Amino acid sequence: MNIRADLHLHTVLSPCGDLDMSPRKIIRTARERGLELIGITDHNSTRQAAIIRNLGREQGIHVLTGAEVTTQEEIHCVVFLPDDCLLREFQAYLDAHLPDIPNDPDKFGYQVVADPDDNILYEEPRLLLSALNQPIEKIERKVHELQGIFIPAHIDKPRFSILSQLGFIPPDLPFDALELSPHTSPKQFLKANKYLNGKPFIQSSDAHYLEDIGKVSTLLQAPDFAFEHLRTALHNLARP
Amino acid sequence: MTVKELSEKLNLSICCGAAGLDREIRGGYTSDLLSDVMGNAQEGAVWVTLQTHKNIMAIASLKELAAIVLVKGLQPEEDTAAESENEEIPILSTTLETFDITGQIYQLLHPLP
Repeated sequence: MNIRADLHLHTVLSPCGDLDMSPRKIIRTARERGLELIGITDHNSTRQAAIIRNLGREQGIHVLTGAEVTTQEEIHCVVFLPDDCLLREFQAYLDAHLPDIPNDPDKFGYQVVADPDDNILYEEPRLLLSALNQPIEKIERKVHELQGIFIPAHIDKPRFSILSQLGFIPPDLPFDALELSPHTSPKQFLKANKYLNGKPFIQSSDAHYLEDIGKVSTLLQAPDFAFEHLRTALHNLARP
Repeated sequence: MTVKELSEKLNLSICCGAAGLDREIRGGYTSDLLSDVMGNAQEGAVWVTLQTHKNIMAIASLKELAAIVLVKGLQPEEDTAAESENEEIPILSTTLETFDITGQIYQLLHPLP
């Protein structure tokens, strides 16, 4: 079956995420936009993801749980973990490697975890916009060790992308897909980056506001929503 | 000025790539965005950065840079050091911050009359 997916959404937990990006409104908007699969990817934290997945389960939206990790080189990477146990293990890794810089909500915005009724369950004291003190290769290895999915984010962007920070994609870096921002198209991007022809590309909204959810999306072909089937569907996006 | 002379004058430690210490320095470039260095650094430049990823060596080699200077006591990753040895492009390290070491290198390359 064809699955319409937007695999890069921020929530109220991201300091730059709009306060309207609550679990309830995200699921409602995803339904309205015809998405069947979304990815919850707050900056350097997975703490909101499972709440949205559980709500989605009740309402027929499938949710991948993960984060948008900032590497030591200041590269953003979208990652997903297959279950709550591995997600917690990855959260411990994030907690161990995020620098202890406090968030200033007046300057950067609030970093809160909300439940489906918009009650605040947790406020993250550390600034989530910081970079982890781990190079991209180590983060990739950790994610794959935990059977996760690893996707360098918005690689076409001139900031916080693997291409802006490292000049080119290290040829020995194993990724499950490459993500493009809404500002380009796979065709347009490949014209300027021919050496990436044949790699699996997804396109995601990187939404910080409700109106941006599903602005772009990716069509995945999978028999169901099982994590490993979705991984295979990502790999199958590779075009010769 | 050679890389060796620069390292002696500014007390830079040599991390790797010592076989390239006789390279001639013809300018400098300071940036942490590798895409920017790839687009703008000139051949023969000494490059000041805090990035330690092995891609810095690929770019140094592509642009035929004279050497890389890592700031704040940073050391190259293991695979970065291996590439530096291969390419014979030295990686040096200073305990200074980017602003200070860039100023000092500039003064050496452009001495006041």
